[in-house]
Amino acid sequence: MSSATYAEEQSMVEPLAERPMHHAREARPREDAHAHSSPTPVGFWIYLMSDCVIFGALFATYAVLGGNYAGGPAPKDLFEPGFIAIETALLLFSSVTFGLAMLRAGKADTNGTLMWLAVTALFGAGFIGMEIYEFNHLIHLGAGPDRSAFLSSFFALVGTHGLHVTGGLIWLITLMVQIRMHGLIGPNMQRLGTLSMFWHFLDLVWIGVFSFVYLVRLI
Amino acid sequence: MYRTRNLLLAAAGAFALSGCQYDVLSPAGWVGDQQRDLLIISVLLMLIVILPVLFMSVYFPLKYRADREDTSDYDPEFEHSNKLEAVVWGVPILIIVALGYYTYVYTHRLDPYRPLDHLEAGAPVEIQAVSLDWKWLFIYPEQGIASVNELVVPAGRPINFSLSSSTVMNTLSIPALGGMVYSMAGMETKLHLIADEEGVYPGRSAHYSGPGFAGMVFDTTATSDEEFDAWVEGIRAEAGPLTRETYLALEEPSMNVPVSHYGSVEDGLFGRIVEMCVEEGKVCMGHMMMVDDMGGGGLDGVGDAAAYSYDRARTIDGFGNRIELPPLESHGGGHGTEHGTDHEALNGTEQPNGLAYVLAMDPNALCSPFGTQTEKETNGI
Amino acid sequence: MASEHIQPAETFSPIFGRLTLDWIPIHEPILIGTFAGVALGGLLVFALMTYFRLWVPFWKNWVTTVDHKKIGIMYMVLAFIMMVRGFADALMMRGQQAMAAGGSEGWLPPHHYDQVFTAHGVIMIFFVAMAFITGFMNYVMPLQIGARDVAFPFLNNFSLWMTVAGALLVNISLFVGEFARVGWLAFPPLSGANYSTGPGMDYYLWALQIAGVGTTLSGINMIATIVKMRAPGMKLMDMPIFTWTALITNVLIVAAFPVLTATLALLTLDRYMDFRFFTNDFGGNAMMYVNLIWIWGHPEVYILIIPCFGIISEIVSTFSRKPIFGYRTMVWATGCIMVLSFIVWLHHFFTMGSGANVNTFFGITTMIIAVPTGVKIFNWLFTMYKGRVRLEVPMLWTIGFLVTFTIGGMTGVMLAIPPVDFQLHNTLFLIAHFHNVIIGGVVFAVFAGVTYWWPKAFGFKLDEVWGKRAFWLWFVGFYVAFMPLYALGLMGVTRRMNSYPDAAWQPYFIVAAIGAVLILAGILCNFMNFYVSIRDRKRLACGNDPWDARTLEWATQSPPAPYNFPEDISVVGREAFWQMKKENYQFSTDYQPIHMPKGTASGVVISAFALIFGFAMVWYIWWLAIASFVAMLAIGIAHTFNYNRDYYIPADEVRQTEAKGALA
Repeated sequence: MSSATYAEEQSMVEPLAERPMHHAREARPREDAHAHSSPTPVGFWIYLMSDCVIFGALFATYAVLGGNYAGGPAPKDLFEPGFIAIETALLLFSSVTFGLAMLRAGKADTNGTLMWLAVTALFGAGFIGMEIYEFNHLIHLGAGPDRSAFLSSFFALVGTHGLHVTGGLIWLITLMVQIRMHGLIGPNMQRLGTLSMFWHFLDLVWIGVFSFVYLVRLI
Repeated sequence: MYRTRNLLLAAAGAFALSGCQYDVLSPAGWVGDQQRDLLIISVLLMLIVILPVLFMSVYFPLKYRADREDTSDYDPEFEHSNKLEAVVWGVPILIIVALGYYTYVYTHRLDPYRPLDHLEAGAPVEIQAVSLDWKWLFIYPEQGIASVNELVVPAGRPINFSLSSSTVMNTLSIPALGGMVYSMAGMETKLHLIADEEGVYPGRSAHYSGPGFAGMVFDTTATSDEEFDAWVEGIRAEAGPLTRETYLALEEPSMNVPVSHYGSVEDGLFGRIVEMCVEEGKVCMGHMMMVDDMGGGGLDGVGDAAAYSYDRARTIDGFGNRIELPPLESHGGGHGTEHGTDHEALNGTEQPNGLAYVLAMDPNALCSPFGTQTEKETNGI
Repeated sequence: MASEHIQPAETFSPIFGRLTLDWIPIHEPILIGTFAGVALGGLLVFALMTYFRLWVPFWKNWVTTVDHKKIGIMYMVLAFIMMVRGFADALMMRGQQAMAAGGSEGWLPPHHYDQVFTAHGVIMIFFVAMAFITGFMNYVMPLQIGARDVAFPFLNNFSLWMTVAGALLVNISLFVGEFARVGWLAFPPLSGANYSTGPGMDYYLWALQIAGVGTTLSGINMIATIVKMRAPGMKLMDMPIFTWTALITNVLIVAAFPVLTATLALLTLDRYMDFRFFTNDFGGNAMMYVNLIWIWGHPEVYILIIPCFGIISEIVSTFSRKPIFGYRTMVWATGCIMVLSFIVWLHHFFTMGSGANVNTFFGITTMIIAVPTGVKIFNWLFTMYKGRVRLEVPMLWTIGFLVTFTIGGMTGVMLAIPPVDFQLHNTLFLIAHFHNVIIGGVVFAVFAGVTYWWPKAFGFKLDEVWGKRAFWLWFVGFYVAFMPLYALGLMGVTRRMNSYPDAAWQPYFIVAAIGAVLILAGILCNFMNFYVSIRDRKRLACGNDPWDARTLEWATQSPPAPYNFPEDISVVGREAFWQMKKENYQFSTDYQPIHMPKGTASGVVISAFALIFGFAMVWYIWWLAIASFVAMLAIGIAHTFNYNRDYYIPADEVRQTEAKGALA
């Protein structure tokens, strides 16, 4: 059973034809010729799903620890419905304005796109500003993340969402510069599309945060 | 079960040559016996399919080797067979069904939380086992004594363990008697074992817990009732008391600790250990959870952090030495800790859920919502 | 004082953070020796590369490459290097336990021993096994589906270097500070701020977090590749089994690794900012960590083994000269395992005191996984049945795999029965079990795969004699090393003890240590095999299709040209290359320019800053952490301003390359 025995053996293939078939298959219709369209949307969807799992873990953490105040303050002592409502409205409006930017982009209107993206960025920045204010306010009260497991899970969940929005803002501004430089060319349109997915995804997560963290606890 | 016992004896005979104690295969208590039986049953069931697979794994490549004399049975098209598919799915499924049945029956029979009163053995002995850094404390509440790194039990009587830990997770493991269960700080877990025969069985922590882990070993001595009573009496006569103060001294990290004893145990000490409020001025967990259930301590509670802090005072370095950290500072707001640690403050305060009120409650006087919860289900999720 | 040693005092300076000279372990002879060895070896490599003027080609052809084949090879190199490190840890542990009986202290005090077993587990799982399977998936999968590269070539390069950065951070901990002493899954409260002071646990967190970014991105990349980049004509149910297993593993990666990221992030917040997730006090819940980490951890073991099932499937089929038996069953069984792997995590802690119903549920779901796994084993057996089995080295590893993995599977089902697990949990029986499936499963399959695809990657076979020596030493060594641990487990002997009182256990530990030495000899034979084969590459040269293989990766030249296939191929049927051979199919000589992605330095530079960031975070050097984080962000953004990311290989160059390949 030395290797030489095997090496000398012929291939077990029984050829159907003797002559080489050059490109014999080219004649077949390429039914899936579009198969090699850009993989970016698919890839980005998969990324969003994985991000969803991260948020899922944080939501689960909040579900388990959310009632552990350790003798400290509870949501009713800390959250102001009016403030949260305005914060939420800012983010929801930013999704609408992003949609308007996409409509402009679809009409190849570079300036209109940039204008609506700028409005989106302003709304996003307003949201982040309010969140920073809220965090700062809580920590000032002594209700920082080290006071109880409830506050830890609150800061982690809301903070992670806030970091995502911040990342989205950096991306948004970068993309605005790129659109100014190159116009609405193919790659930029694709980036606009993926950023739009990202932005709406964050909106969706926020609706979860708003209902699950603020609304339910305040009722 | 007789057949499995015979098989086991044969196996034990072979192992005996090695001179080692196969505690899992020849245990000294009913729980361990049952677990061993299940182990043997599961192996025998699985061998029905494992043995043929092992045989075929070696036989097929040899029988169908490429340089065999007669290759007329070479069948390059053989890639599917409904009959074989049925067998390869069916047989493992049948075995898993059988195994699943045994698993269901035995898991319920041997639930470590289930008392062993169905054995009709003697009266059970209560033992509260606490894993400390790095030694075991065994409190005998009925006898009012405690021992460190030594466990003595009367043979033939069920042992009802209540487990807890002072800092990190450990596992109480006495393989000759049966399975193990985790001990965790701030929680009470249960384990029920029995020693059928007198003897000395090694015990240890089976969950890695830091630099002194390997030294968390102890001997479990199963004796007659008389010897057990004599042991208890001897300790009562000679050893000092286990109070909240002496417990806190014992709790300090130490390694390879020799056996020692306590002749009396302060009332409710184990409850305070479980609820992490042995130290003066700490809020017991049950009360914390009750306050939390009622909506927390409000903004006034933010300043009371020090009364809830536990881990900070137990900080250690990588070699197991205590690191002294300054006590927790209270963050702004609320009413600071200044009035918090004094029980007398209860009279002065008007807030029904203020810290002083919480501290003043006796951990044993209340039905702790936490304690009942641990008994039902101890899993976080 | 629990110990005569004390940890260096916690100081803080604005420039060096917590890092002081006290943290350089100059009093540890083992570490100094290792450092000297590594430094000498590093200097030698540096000198040789400078002498032979290899730095520029290395940078251009390897470091900045986006070619999935080179990236795959670099993953394999990383895995082999880290295997040496992880195995050195294993030898130290076996040596310690062979000595430290009945009052003897052995040669490693707990402070050191505990770091060694933690590092061994972390390295072997994250940087050896993961790197091996990622390497295989990178190299083989795009070729098997007839693609030119993965879907996101730059991300692929970035993933590799992030994994390397994580590995480097673990190794830096050897010489600057210490590693974690918590076990490979770092259960709190032990791993929390108060019970694991010092930088070791922080090294653990940042190394895994940085490498985890690479793994997750690589998982996304591979799924997108398989979904979008298959050659026209290749339906999902026509994909080679290895590609199927790669798809399923990457789905598991994308679904499970974010849980690890989140869990480690929470623990990091606990340690750095006094959050209270897993503390004993303030309402924290350490059991939640145990649940979360195993919700990642159990899928993780399937992430490791499923591609190995794929490797074995390809080899059994090729070397039996038959199509894989029960292709559809194979795919569905793997799918079943994928789904089931998410609902069994609690079997890792039956002893936590969940109720009997919960334990029964998780015990039975675990056993159910044995059914699809068993089906796969039967399918491999029936693939050999009525075949023409060539007992060459890849097939030897495969038979070793079948035998060993089956035994490991059986002991696994034993541990899945809660009452049995109450006894065997955390004993050496458990250690023997998972080494039985990881060595007998993953490692044997990896070596089978290395021997099988080596000629693909380099154009010559590995030496058969050295290959057989390596196999037999590994195979025998495994049994000698781990059967005693099964026996010790049945005595109830606990894992992770750096010393033990009962001298009667010592003979078993000595036998186990001998087994480890046999495995060491096996590893040396592996490396000797690489050396001898590269030296004798002329003798071992073997053409493009040395095994008479069946899947598409063998349709190209060996080694393949950068563009993989000279034409946009379309494929027919399940065994695309076998079908091509049947049709006597030849690639068209009417060459067209080929569209390819350009290499880029962004990935490696960002990863370098990630390494600096991790190091700075471990030592609380805040200015450096901020600076390197900003640098990562800036380079990442700058990278997006580069729109010129691809080029065409001219038809003439393709013609020349193909002509050269035909000669070989």
